[in-house]
Amino acid sequence: MKFTLSWLKTHLDTDAPLDQITATLTRIGLELEDVDDRGAALAPFRIARVTEATPHPNADRLRVCTVDTGTETVRVVCGAPNARTGMKGVFAPPGTFIPGTGITLKVGEIRGVQSAGMLLSEREMGLGEDHAGIVDLPEDAPVGVPYAQWAGLDDPVIDISVTPNRGDCFAVRGIARDLAAGGIGVLKPWLPARVAPAFRGGPRWQIDWPEACPWILGRTIRNLRNGPSPHWLQDRLTSIGLRPINALVDMTNFFTIDLGRPLHVFDVAKLTGDVLTLRPGRGETFRALNGRDYTATPEDCAIVDAAGVQSMAGVIGGEPTGCDAATTAVFIECALFDPVRVAQTGRRHQVVSDARQRFERGIDPALMPDAVEAATAMVLELCGGEPGEVTEAGTPPTWQRTATLRFERIPGLGGSDISADEAVASLERLGFAVQSRDATRVTVSVPPWRNDVAAEVALEQAETLDPAIAAKAAEGCAAIEPECDLIEEVLRLRGLDAIPPVSLPRASPVPLATLSPKQVRTELVRRTLAAQGLAECVTFSFMAQAEAALFGDTPEALRLTNPIAADLDQLRPTPIATLALAAQRNAARGYADVALFEIGPEYALAAAENQRWIAAGLRAGATPRNWLAAQRPVDAMDAKADLWAAMSAIGVPLDALMLTQDAPGFYHPGRSATVRQGPKTLLGSFGELHPRVLAALDLAGPVVAFQLDLDAIGEPKRRRKAAPDLPPFQLVRRDFAFLVDSEVTADAVLRAARGADRTLIASASLFDVYQGDRLPAGKKSLAIEVTFQPRERTLTDAEIETASQKVVAAVTKATGAALR
Amino acid sequence: MTDDLSQLRAEIEAALATATDLRAWDAVRVATLGRNGSLTALLRDLGKAPPDQRRERGAALNQLKEALTALIEARRVELQNAELDARLATERLDPTLPPRPRDTGLIHPISRTMEEIAAIFGAMGCAIAEGPDVESDWMNFSALNIPAHHPARADQDTFYLPGRGNKPPPVLRTQTSPVQIRTMLAQSPPIRVIVIGRTYRADHDATHSPMFHQCEGLILDRDLTLGHLKGALIDFLRTFFDIGDLPVRFRSSYFPFTEPSMEVDIGWNRRTGELGRGGDWLEILGSGMVHPRVLANCGIDPREWQGFAWGMGVERIAMLKHGIPDLRPFFESDLRWLRHYGFNPLAPTMLHEGVER
Repeated sequence: MKFTLSWLKTHLDTDAPLDQITATLTRIGLELEDVDDRGAALAPFRIARVTEATPHPNADRLRVCTVDTGTETVRVVCGAPNARTGMKGVFAPPGTFIPGTGITLKVGEIRGVQSAGMLLSEREMGLGEDHAGIVDLPEDAPVGVPYAQWAGLDDPVIDISVTPNRGDCFAVRGIARDLAAGGIGVLKPWLPARVAPAFRGGPRWQIDWPEACPWILGRTIRNLRNGPSPHWLQDRLTSIGLRPINALVDMTNFFTIDLGRPLHVFDVAKLTGDVLTLRPGRGETFRALNGRDYTATPEDCAIVDAAGVQSMAGVIGGEPTGCDAATTAVFIECALFDPVRVAQTGRRHQVVSDARQRFERGIDPALMPDAVEAATAMVLELCGGEPGEVTEAGTPPTWQRTATLRFERIPGLGGSDISADEAVASLERLGFAVQSRDATRVTVSVPPWRNDVAAEVALEQAETLDPAIAAKAAEGCAAIEPECDLIEEVLRLRGLDAIPPVSLPRASPVPLATLSPKQVRTELVRRTLAAQGLAECVTFSFMAQAEAALFGDTPEALRLTNPIAADLDQLRPTPIATLALAAQRNAARGYADVALFEIGPEYALAAAENQRWIAAGLRAGATPRNWLAAQRPVDAMDAKADLWAAMSAIGVPLDALMLTQDAPGFYHPGRSATVRQGPKTLLGSFGELHPRVLAALDLAGPVVAFQLDLDAIGEPKRRRKAAPDLPPFQLVRRDFAFLVDSEVTADAVLRAARGADRTLIASASLFDVYQGDRLPAGKKSLAIEVTFQPRERTLTDAEIETASQKVVAAVTKATGAALR
Repeated sequence: MTDDLSQLRAEIEAALATATDLRAWDAVRVATLGRNGSLTALLRDLGKAPPDQRRERGAALNQLKEALTALIEARRVELQNAELDARLATERLDPTLPPRPRDTGLIHPISRTMEEIAAIFGAMGCAIAEGPDVESDWMNFSALNIPAHHPARADQDTFYLPGRGNKPPPVLRTQTSPVQIRTMLAQSPPIRVIVIGRTYRADHDATHSPMFHQCEGLILDRDLTLGHLKGALIDFLRTFFDIGDLPVRFRSSYFPFTEPSMEVDIGWNRRTGELGRGGDWLEILGSGMVHPRVLANCGIDPREWQGFAWGMGVERIAMLKHGIPDLRPFFESDLRWLRHYGFNPLAPTMLHEGVER
């Protein structure tokens, strides 16, 4: 909301300096967006007269001007083609800063002639692009007067942001009222005189849709002369960025800004019939004042004459019935429209107008008769003519409400020490009227422009609530909401900075754990994966549907109906998908070898609330190139190591996991696995990405990935640790190499070996896998190390030999292996 | 000692001195102490000595044997050390060679910032509440006193998912506030929770991302006032930015879900970006006393319980704290950016170590 200081002062009697006014605006909740004090930069420039302009003795294009500045006569060399004897322009004395050129003026000598100042162009003053010549002012411009003052540019433009609850401050008068209540000056009285009607007749209103338009006023003024509005009105409008059109239209725009009271003017001669009806649209198309065509739907309130729709109520008027220079009779519309319907119509047709902005926040219903009188007076002043009588339809709404403030609630809710007297005085300055008051409370009536205070309580309570609890809560809300509204008013006028801050009382002597066990696990996994060498990423939850489909289901129910871009429409089926895109982007920048992870949601209809909390990682390319070890491509075991590290960190018992080769389709079918805890609980997966996926994403392989479903991890059992197993006898290690069929898993061999003698064998681990020419086709060699841990005494050679035979027998029996 | 023994000792000392490697040394040792060694021969011949001299001769020989054995051993150590020194003198490493690579990963600035927020509000007794990204229209708007026609809804550029039946379509949550509602429906006051998570709005430029993170808080009790709201937020901001006297300003404003509502500014220098001084104000978060309607929508009687709520952008405060100029790279996973702004996973936020790093 833009307005100028001088406009404000038509409603507010104050000598407060600009910065005090702007600081107060922000303090009371009318946040200052910007102050444009154009006059400040122009202050040194005064109107001057060129008493004589003669050709420069040494340059054809220059002139030597004798300039009367009002206080002295100086000589200025000027290159402007329009510099001439007798003209009036704007003079900048030496030492002044020229905004358009960014230089500070000095006395200079141009081609041998001294020049003590400058005659300015618009561009040099920073007022426009015109640099064809110096500013050429009318003959009546007063010499010696500051140019900014004469041109009306010394009026600072103030821009504030008005919050959605304060429709009353979309008016200069409303802002003035708030400022006065906030301690800046006094609100000037405003009471337009009634203008007696000179004739009867003219257009009439008919309301067929009272829910959309409960009350509407109108007045015809005939025999008028429309034309450009006077300077003061044009300046008012241009100063805040509105374009003057003609006196009648400018008048409506003036009251929209001045009083927050949108008006509309119909050219009576262009109306068909003499009844204007407010009713739902019927699909009629009309051309609006912005030159566009709109079709009024049955949800839109249309203003209709005998020829059809002429206006969309509260949003935009029609071009065919608009006022222009030829208008001689006008019908002024001053209406009360339903805020919700205006908002919906505006949104439906994507029309943003000053009228809509005010109607949808609610306007002052009590102001309407006065506004019609003020508008009439202005039309008569600007255009002459004869006023008709005020015509109306519908009934004034009941807007009268009261609210009660218990003074103890000012400290009780607001934490403030504002006294009862100050609180009541603040409310009165805002227009609230005291109905009753005692030592503990005050009841006030709410002014008609404050539809945000003590408004009708509209609750949308949860359907699951117990009816008795819901009713009690609703009753409590109705009882205290108006009081909260009043406390807000009292607090904001004093300023919230005046309230002393109080630290929260401690909930416990030492803070309790902030995170739940599951949240702790998430953080542990995060740190573990980062410590594994993976860089944490945060990628978008949505991606292109076609790319998401490479990684899993892309149900329509998880596709945005209004994505911001076509490639951000589908909620991702796994974070691996967006990590793959991240790898792709890094590769495009020359970083093909990446190790990334993310902890975030994946989306699936089968999941609770449509999402699962996933830790996912991805490695692409090769290990780092280094002089100590050969570079090698990443493989599925890198991904498995990351996954195992994560699970180990949060206490998943790794020995009991089940691995099966049925990983999701985006993995290489042979080089991947799913990981389960028990037959049902799916924990995650790892493996190489499928070559088709890589090709589709234009990613050079190999790329490996894993994911872990953090929602599937159960609470670890809290158990006291058993005593450690620290036998005093020397352990013995023996290596075995088994020749097995290719399909035999390492896990099967190791399990069999461990099971050979559960008391003696402490561990069995794999240290070599060989497949190649030296072995029969379809066979591989698995080399394992078995650790024997005696518990009674040191083992003899014979005992070691016996134990070794047991290992060989067990593995052979379980897997069909042969000892190599 | 007899002359022959003295002479033998002198000879062996000389021989040891001339033995400059272990092989020559071993020859001396064998020639002295070996089966056919000179000292061994003398010991063997002891029995031939006259009985009256035998005892004296024996003692002298034993003494000599001990001495020679020690001399020989000392020479061995000497020679071995010399040999080792000579070998080591040939073994040289270029200490400037790069070490064996150890992968170091890192924590994203958003995670780090969320951790800091959790640590500070955690110390004030807050737990962390969570909720889903796909929310019902009621949770995201209606319950928060944002009715269907409210201008605030139009401002929020909501992403919608396909609806089913007559119900309003689900949305991607535009704020973390629906988790306030979930919390109030799931537990009774007093409540102290914060919510940190993904939020979505249809906007994309240097300061807006279609996905970003918000931190939300809800504190409900019987006697909490706007003074506590100010205290808690000032305490948070000064700790988070590690500026003990950070100027904090509260401005009256409007949000549908709080009343009174206020925006919170911190002092900074608009030109340099330095926080804490400079005379300019920067809006950093929104807050207010929980609106009676929001409480009533969740079945809480606003005559009995009151409190405050706030919300702020996680990326925004991270950008301010670390001087990150652009929002978009947070989500681009550019390894160069991650390495520049990422955090050490082994140095998580711990209040007793201090929040600033």
